[in-house]
Amino acid sequence: METIQNKAGEDVSSELALVQAAKKGDLEAFSGLVKRYDRNIFRIAQHITHNEDDAQDVVQEAFLKAYQNLDQFQGNSKFYTWLVRIAVNEALMKLRRRRSDKTVSLDEDVVTEEGAMPREVADWSPNPEQLYGQSELGDILKKTIQGLPPGFRTVFVLRDVEGLSTEETAEMLGLSIPAVKSRLLRARLQLRERLAKYFKSKKGGDGQP
Amino acid sequence: MKNCKEFLNELTDYLDGTMTEAVRAELDEHLHWCHDCHVVLNTTKKTIEIYRDNTIYELPERLRVQLQQAIITKCKSTKVVRKSSE
Repeated sequence: METIQNKAGEDVSSELALVQAAKKGDLEAFSGLVKRYDRNIFRIAQHITHNEDDAQDVVQEAFLKAYQNLDQFQGNSKFYTWLVRIAVNEALMKLRRRRSDKTVSLDEDVVTEEGAMPREVADWSPNPEQLYGQSELGDILKKTIQGLPPGFRTVFVLRDVEGLSTEETAEMLGLSIPAVKSRLLRARLQLRERLAKYFKSKKGGDGQP
Repeated sequence: MKNCKEFLNELTDYLDGTMTEAVRAELDEHLHWCHDCHVVLNTTKKTIEIYRDNTIYELPERLRVQLQQAIITKCKSTKVVRKSSE
């Protein structure tokens, strides 16, 4: 079947056919892989770099590197997993260049205690998204996730936004499964804590922050 | 009986449904009487849903086409040395 689906990781057989053709220099086939995954790579790169120009560069560089190194893709993992790993490395390099400390890595900030124990336990409004207009909500979500350390937000984006498994995320990031799980927990709790001030129920006398 | 700290440690597995029935039953028991953990569970679930349902970094179509063209142009002009293994 030649059906090409947008959702990452599906329709593996035709993906493998595209990869095999691209390995032989078929640019049409490689273009099919680009169209299949460019949105995902852009989203992931934006989440890591927080800069649209950098994210665009990451998309281009990740696909170019993938094309140049297709020989090294063994086929024992999904092409998408391999591609994301390249993209995450490119995105982290961009981030390092923009930050003076040059120490950005997926391992940083793991000792932070923030969000380890929830402080905010007021319930949220029944439909918190409807408290805000679409663009305002987008700004809130961006601002909130940007405050997380890169290692946390990268794991959150791969697992919870892109819907990849813990095992796939671990493989992409070169982390152990327990490390992915602990970052995911921290990321989820920190986001929850930070979103609470926007979404918590006004009923019941909870004061404004 | 699980306490709040233990519940939190298991929260990710609980949300992802990756735990044994026995552990799940213990956590459900904790949720029955602990209002705070109940709120934390529901609002964490909501946090994930909100991020999943509201794509905040969508690639605009016009930019997408430009990027695709740029990638293929670069691929065309790049020299790729393929091993003759396959």
